[in-house]
Amino acid sequence: MQTKIESLRAEIETAMEQATTGRGLYELKVKFQTELKGVMSGMKDLPKEERPTFGKIVNEFKSAMEEKFEARAIVVRQMEMEEKYAKERIDITMPGKKYTAGALHPITLVKNELIDIFAGMGFKVFEGPEIETDYYNFTALNTPKDHPARDMQDTFYLAENLLLRTQTSAGQIRVMEKETPPIKILSPGRVFRSDDDATHSPMFHQMEGLVVDKGITLCDLQGMLAEFARKMFTSSTKVRLRPSYFPFTEPSVEVDLSCSECGGKGCRLCKGTGWIEVLGAGMVNRHVLENCGVDPDEYTGFAFGMGIERIAMLKYGINNIKTLFENDVRFIKQFEN
Amino acid sequence: MKAPLSWLKDYVEIDVSAEELANKLFSCGFEVEELSYLGSKIDRVVVGEVKALTPHPDSDHMQICVVDCGEEHGREIQIVTGASNVYVGMKTPCALDNSVVVESNPAVLEKNPDAVKKIKKGKLRGVESFGMLCSGEELGINDDFYPGAEVDGLLDLDKSAPVGEDIRKIVGLDDWIFDISITANRPDCQCIFGIAREVAAVLKKPLKQPNISFTAKKTSAKPITVEVLAPELCPRYVGRYVENVKDGETPAWMRRRLAISGIRSISPIVDITNFVLLELGQPMHAFDADDLGDRKIVVRRAEQGEKIVTLDEKEFTLTTENLVICDGKKPVALAGIMGGLNSEIKATTKNVFFESAKFARDNVRKTSRALGQSSDSSSRFEKGVDAYTNEFGMSRALHLIEELGCGSVTELCQDVCAVSLAPRTMTASITKINALLGIQVPNAEMQSILERLDFKPQIDGDKLTVEIPGYRDDVDGYPDLAEEIIRMYGYEHILPTFLDSARVTGGGLTDEQKRELHLKNLLCVQGFSEAYNYSFYSPKDFDLMKLAPEAEERRAVKIRNPISEELSVMRTFLAPSMLQNAVRNIRRGNDEGREFEIANVYFPMQENVQPKECKRLVLGIWGGENDFFDMKGAMERVAENFHVTFGLERAKKSYLHPGVSANVLLDGEVIGSFGELDPAIALSLGLDKKVFLGELDLDKLLQKDDGVVYTNLPKFPAVERDLALLADEKLTCAEIEDVLLHSCKYVTKARLFDVYRGGQVPEGKKSMAFTLTFTPDMQAEKAFTPETLDGFVKKILGNLKFKLGVELR
Repeated sequence: MQTKIESLRAEIETAMEQATTGRGLYELKVKFQTELKGVMSGMKDLPKEERPTFGKIVNEFKSAMEEKFEARAIVVRQMEMEEKYAKERIDITMPGKKYTAGALHPITLVKNELIDIFAGMGFKVFEGPEIETDYYNFTALNTPKDHPARDMQDTFYLAENLLLRTQTSAGQIRVMEKETPPIKILSPGRVFRSDDDATHSPMFHQMEGLVVDKGITLCDLQGMLAEFARKMFTSSTKVRLRPSYFPFTEPSVEVDLSCSECGGKGCRLCKGTGWIEVLGAGMVNRHVLENCGVDPDEYTGFAFGMGIERIAMLKYGINNIKTLFENDVRFIKQFEN
Repeated sequence: MKAPLSWLKDYVEIDVSAEELANKLFSCGFEVEELSYLGSKIDRVVVGEVKALTPHPDSDHMQICVVDCGEEHGREIQIVTGASNVYVGMKTPCALDNSVVVESNPAVLEKNPDAVKKIKKGKLRGVESFGMLCSGEELGINDDFYPGAEVDGLLDLDKSAPVGEDIRKIVGLDDWIFDISITANRPDCQCIFGIAREVAAVLKKPLKQPNISFTAKKTSAKPITVEVLAPELCPRYVGRYVENVKDGETPAWMRRRLAISGIRSISPIVDITNFVLLELGQPMHAFDADDLGDRKIVVRRAEQGEKIVTLDEKEFTLTTENLVICDGKKPVALAGIMGGLNSEIKATTKNVFFESAKFARDNVRKTSRALGQSSDSSSRFEKGVDAYTNEFGMSRALHLIEELGCGSVTELCQDVCAVSLAPRTMTASITKINALLGIQVPNAEMQSILERLDFKPQIDGDKLTVEIPGYRDDVDGYPDLAEEIIRMYGYEHILPTFLDSARVTGGGLTDEQKRELHLKNLLCVQGFSEAYNYSFYSPKDFDLMKLAPEAEERRAVKIRNPISEELSVMRTFLAPSMLQNAVRNIRRGNDEGREFEIANVYFPMQENVQPKECKRLVLGIWGGENDFFDMKGAMERVAENFHVTFGLERAKKSYLHPGVSANVLLDGEVIGSFGELDPAIALSLGLDKKVFLGELDLDKLLQKDDGVVYTNLPKFPAVERDLALLADEKLTCAEIEDVLLHSCKYVTKARLFDVYRGGQVPEGKKSMAFTLTFTPDMQAEKAFTPETLDGFVKKILGNLKFKLGVELR
C-alpha cells in the first residue's frame, strides 16, 4: 500500500509541476481523486488492525496533496494572468477613440461671457427686434432725419419707415418705455450696416449696456468698464476714456483698453499706441431719456456698446472678420470647450 | 480734415512738436488719424549755387558743374547735369551723395505712385558726379508750391535762397499735415480755423482772428435783389456785389495753401472761394453778375423737370425736392452743390455776385445722392454750416478781394435770414455738471476752460451762465457743457466708482434665453458645431431649393438698397444657408460634419408694419456614414430637451427627398421638417456626399416649461425581452411599436434593434427585432417571474397577430 501511495505521490507531483493551466490542474486533481479512491478501496483487504494506521496515512497524504494543489493553483493562476497580460498587450500610441462633439461659435462664447460678467452686476438680458422702425433706431436716439450722424451708418432700408437695425441701442428705448428705473439691461444681437470690405461685414453683433438710476455718474461708467475689462481680458487691463460723439449720449466717450498683446508697450496689434479701441459709451442724452418718459432731472444713466466680433477677434487673435461667417467646421471646432 | 501745421500757426503760436500737438488734440476729442511730414520723400537735398560750367568731353548735351552747397556740404562739388537751363549763378536744388528724391520716371510711378529714388555718386560717361541737380518734379512739387516748379529742367530758385539750406524749407515741404477725424457734432471744425480754435484752447494760447476788414465802396450799379422762396431749405442767404474784377495771378502764399490741400489755382476769385472754404468752412459761390438776368437772385425749389447744366458741363433734370438758385428767368446754380455753367466766372468777368449761404444739410445730401453730383461744397453743407459763419466767411472773402487787389467791394449787400442771429445764452448748475461727471471740477478750471472755448462764462455761486458761440449749434444743454469741461480738463480725472448710489437689481437670462443656451450645448454634445450666417441671402437660393413660384417661402422681406443681389432678401427659412455651409465645407475637404444655427426668419406684414420675426433652429449633417436616422435622432434629442415628443408624418418639401423626409409635429401642428437633401439638388451642386437638413420653429418649443418631474424609482428592476417578428413589408415600425406599447401596461419601451430581409424570411416580409422593457408598478410586491413575462408576451403576440398579422419569427 505504502508503495502505491508513494508512486501516486511521485506521479501526481511531477504532473503538477508540468501543469501550467487551471484547466490542466483541475483535470489532474480529478485524476488524483479517482486514483486515491482506488487506493482507498484496497483498504478493505487489509487486516482490521492495520486499517486505522493506513487510514491515517491516506488522510495525511490526501491533505498534503490538496495543499500542494492549492499552492500550485495560485502559481498557475499567476502564470495564466501573465500570459493574458502578454497576449493583450496593446500599442498604447494608437489614436484614442473620441465621441465627436461640436463647438459653440466664438460669437456665442464671447456673448455668453459678456452676459456672465454683466448678469453678475445685475443686468437683465433683453433682445429687441432686428427689423426696427426708423423711430427706435434713430429718432428716439436723438438722431432725427437730417442729422449728419445718420451718415456715419449706412443703413439697409426695407420700407420708408423700416430698416435693419444698425445698432442694438434701439433696444434701450424699448426697455425704457416699459420699465421704470432702476434699469440695468444688456442687449445683445445682430446689427446690419451696408458695409462690405476686408474689415467690415454687412452683419455683425453688438452688445449694448444701459444703466439708469438716480445719481449715476461718468465715474460709474469708468468703474463698470474697468471691471468688465479685468474680467474679459486680464486683471491688469486698463481702461482709457477719450472724448467722442454719439447722438444718444452726452458726454460721449470712446473707450480704449490697454493692449493685451504687449501690455501697453506698443506693438503691431495696437499699432504702437499701447491702446486698443474697444467700445463707445457715454452718459445717456437727456433727450433720449425724455423720449422714453424718464425725467432727466431726476435720473441719469450711462450706456455702452461694443462689437462682439471685435472682442472675439481680440480675445482669440482672429485677424479676418469674414472667417467668422464662413462656418468652416475646422474653424468652429477650435473653440470646443 | 487735413490741416497743415504751417497754416495753423497763422492763428496760434504753437510751441510744441507735431507729435505732441497730435496727442493734445487726441485728448480733447480730435483724433489725428495720420500725421505726415510733407517732405518725407526728400532727404539730403540742399540749395546749391552753380559756380562754373564746362562742357562734358564725351557728350554734347551734358555739362560739368561746380556747385557751392555751403560750408557743411562742400563749396566745390562736381556734378554732371544734362539739363539745358543750367547757368552760372543759378540757385537750384542739389541732391547730395546718398540723398533721396521723388521718382520721376513715369514707368516706375505707374507701379508705385509713392516711389522715391536714391542718388549716389558715380561716373557719367567717365566723369565723376557727386550728386544731382533737381527739377521741381523730383521734389514732388508743382508751380503752386513754388513758382517755376513745372519748368522742364532744373528748378530755378529765387536768388534769396541761402546756399546749403535744406530745400524742404525753401519750397514749402518742411510742414506737417494733420489728418484729423472730426465727429459729426463738430462741423465747425471742418476747417483750418476751426481746428486752430481747438489748438488755442488746448495749448492755452491766444487765438489770432483772420482779418475780415474791408471797405465797402459806393457804386452806381443797380443792386441785385435776393428773394428766398424756400426758407426751410435756405435759412440764410448773404450776397455781395464786387465790381471791377480783374483776372490775374493769385499770390504764391495762397496758391501754396491751396496746393497743400490738393487744390489747383484757377483764378483769384475762384481761389478766394476755395480758400475761404478751407480756412473757415464756408462754401461760397461766385456768379458772373452780368449773367444774372433781371439782376435778381431767387432761391426756390426746382420745377418738376427743370434742367440745369453745372460747371462741369453735366446736365441734370430736377424735381421739386431740389433747391436751385435762379436769376429772373432760369436756374444758375444747384444750391450748395455746384454753380451753373451759364453764370460761371470767366477771364473776362467784370462784376461778381458772391454768395455765402446756409442750406439745409439733409436737402443738400438728398439732392447730391439723387443726382449723383457732389463737390467739396456739398460735402461741407451736408455736415452743417452755421448762420454765424455765413457772414464771417463773406467778410473774409471780401477782405481777400481787397488784399489781392482783384476787385472792388461795393456797399451792395443782401442778407435774407430766417433764423435768429442773437447770441444764445444758457444757464446751468455747477452742482449738476459735477454730479454728471462724478467729480468736483474746480470753479476756476471751469471758468478758464469755457473762456478758452469762447463761451464767455460767468459764475455766480452755483449758477453758471454762458454765451454759446455762434458756430456751436451742437450745444443745447448742461451735459454739453460738462463734456466741453471734461474734454479739456482731462478724462484722466475720471476715477472709477462702482454705482455708489444705484439700487441693487436682479440680473440674468430669462427662462427662454436659458433654454436656448441649453439647447445649443445639447446640440454640441450631439456633434453639431454652431454656425452664424447672414440674415439675408439671394433670391437665387429660392430657385436652388426648387421652391414653386407661389411657395410661401418666396414671400420675403426685401432690402431696398442691398449691397448686391446676393444679399438682398431677408431669410424666410434657414435651410438654404445651412446647405451653403455644407457645400462650402465639402468643397474645402471637410468630408463629414454637423452644424446648427439658431436665428430669426422674417415674414412680411402690411407695408410699413414691422415684419414678424420667428426664431428657428436649422441642423445640417453631411458626409460619412450618416443617414436619415442620424438626423432623426438629433431631432428626438431636441424634443427630449424640451420634455416633449414629436409626431412625424411624411413631408413634401421641394428641397427634400420625397421618400426620405418627414414633417415634425408638436401638439398636432407642423413645426418643421427634416430629411435628405433632394438628390436632384445635390446633383446640380455636384455634391458626392449626402446632405441632411432639418429645420424647426423654436418659438413654441422655447415656451415649453414642463421642466423635470421626478418619479420615485420602482423597487424591482425592469426586465427586457427580445422579440423577432415577421411583418409585412409595408407595415411601418411605428405601427408595430404602437401595438407593442399598448398591449400591456407594463411595457414602457419598445426599441427596434434589427431589421432583416432574405434568408429564411419570405419574399414581401421583413424580420424586425424589438427589445421590450417591462417595468413593474411602484406598488409591486415582487419582481416579474419568467411565467408572468411569458403571459405578457403571449398577450402581445396575440394582439400583433390580430391587429397587424404579425407573427413571431
